[in-house]
Amino acid sequence: MENVKRKPEVDGLLVTRENPVLSFAGRMLKSGGAKLGAAIFIFVVLFCLVGPLFIPYGENDIDLTSIACGPSAEHWFGTDTMGRDMMARLMYGGRYSLLLGIITALFSAICAMTIGSIAGYFGGRVEMLIMRFMDVWASLPGMLLCILLSAAMGSGFLATVLALTVGGIPGGVRMLRGQILSERSKEYVEAAESINCSKVSIMFKHLLPNCVQPTIVQTTMSVGTTMIQAASLSYIGLGIQPPAAEWGAMLSEGRAYIRTQPHLLAVPGIAIALTVLSINLLGDGLRTALDPKLRD
Amino acid sequence: MTRYIVKRVLMLLVTVFCAAIVVFTLMYISPYDPARILLGGDPTPEALEAKRVALGLDKSYLQQLVTYLSDIFLHLDFGDSWVYGVPVMSELAARLPRTLIVGLCAMVINVIIGVGMGIFAAVHEGKWQDSAIMVIAMAFISVPDFWVALMLIILLCQRLNLLPAFYTVGDWRSYVLPIICSSFGGVAVNARQARSSMLEVIRADFVTTARSKGQKESKVVMNHMLPNAMMPIITGLGGGLSMIVAGSAVIESVFSIPGVGAYLLTGLNSRDYPVVRGSVIFLATFSGIIMLLVDLAYAFLDPRIKAQYATGRRAK
Repeated sequence: MENVKRKPEVDGLLVTRENPVLSFAGRMLKSGGAKLGAAIFIFVVLFCLVGPLFIPYGENDIDLTSIACGPSAEHWFGTDTMGRDMMARLMYGGRYSLLLGIITALFSAICAMTIGSIAGYFGGRVEMLIMRFMDVWASLPGMLLCILLSAAMGSGFLATVLALTVGGIPGGVRMLRGQILSERSKEYVEAAESINCSKVSIMFKHLLPNCVQPTIVQTTMSVGTTMIQAASLSYIGLGIQPPAAEWGAMLSEGRAYIRTQPHLLAVPGIAIALTVLSINLLGDGLRTALDPKLRD
Repeated sequence: MTRYIVKRVLMLLVTVFCAAIVVFTLMYISPYDPARILLGGDPTPEALEAKRVALGLDKSYLQQLVTYLSDIFLHLDFGDSWVYGVPVMSELAARLPRTLIVGLCAMVINVIIGVGMGIFAAVHEGKWQDSAIMVIAMAFISVPDFWVALMLIILLCQRLNLLPAFYTVGDWRSYVLPIICSSFGGVAVNARQARSSMLEVIRADFVTTARSKGQKESKVVMNHMLPNAMMPIITGLGGGLSMIVAGSAVIESVFSIPGVGAYLLTGLNSRDYPVVRGSVIFLATFSGIIMLLVDLAYAFLDPRIKAQYATGRRAK
């Protein structure tokens, strides 16, 4: 019992431990780019989540006195051709876009990690089968699969998440398998095997945490690319559909008024670009912070 | 080397075959009924049933799949469009060049400008030129290409009246904007990849040797560094291309270019399955062939892959 809560000083060594989360955040935010990214991202999230509390319009509220107006004191980003406030639509739409991006990236990372660790750890015929399958899967252009799936399954939120997930899996599987292959022969795996650890627990408790860093960076970056893909899908009339205020769907609606109301196109596009930019900057910061080669 | 080429060509065939099965299956399980959409309005049950029989939709999944696969792979027959009644094959053949022009030109721009930017940034590592290029690349990755296309239409076509906003037959200027917009993401990806792989070799011993023997700086970069940094760049090309191919549907719909991607979307909207299947197979084949060429170039340049197949064993 007395061993359990032994303090580091007992060994005669005074170990000062810094909080790992704080030191990691510090490393990550060392570069100006990552700071900027974090700031923009937090701003966007607050804008979408808290913003609607401060404005008097809902996403589909129609103001018949101001239809298709440019920016004004009442409607900061103007109104669309049905008299809906663009700012409100931007806020509610952002929830959709952010959720789509984050859920899809996570979902695709989880699938890729599971398949990748199975392939990497078991090796042999299982690996051969999985990797051949992934080769074929990866050689079908991702966006093409995404368009097809989305058209086949219809336009709900879940259907769109599934359609967007599919393209990202093979890349993630390959990356994770590569990592696992290089970790598999290390001593701690042998040690775990020799004390009769179950395969599942070796895979997920021992190997995965040591292989997951590139996947974390990749997942962060893929939130951004997924948001762009989701917007493209809605733009061509698949995925999330109007009147839902998804950013891509707003662009799709604004397309008809390109000559008269260019702000209907400019505003949602800038929102997408800023958000994706912030996520990419964060991803770059994360890569630097996680990569031991780049650390010092 | 021959073994490698044969293996890669077989792989391409398998991929196209799988694409055919995937597109068929997805359309089969889709809850929409093409017969109902084609007839429009409120058809009688008999009319619906007759249309289904006429389209061959009443048969079982396997029967339909086998007929369709044998039509395509044994007779190269993609069938007639259900909506317009014209053969899909001839329509695709007319549309493919337009998609190819945009795709290939965008790819060339990607490589030349992207790799050029990357090399320039790596050579000026840490200076303002480096940061400027990386900022530009970051911005290029982050904007949706179809939105840039819309903004350029507003600026160049409507305000300045320099270029046509929509595709017109025989006017080369209508390809300028689609090509520029398709290459945005690829330029950025290539620039970042080229910079990082140049930085990996920039401090290598052979570079120091080349400099110390008094070689010109431009020769050091082009003849000593670049060939050694080329491998990861080439690997990235395939991915960039498949982005362009898949994006062709979006870009073509922005500029109303009657290409394969736009055909796919029309087919999907009216549930015109022969059109959907044909365009998907064409797009998959097209991107497969280019990936094949990229892989062969890679194998040709990388002595390790050559060696692997020369000895007939898998080198680890």
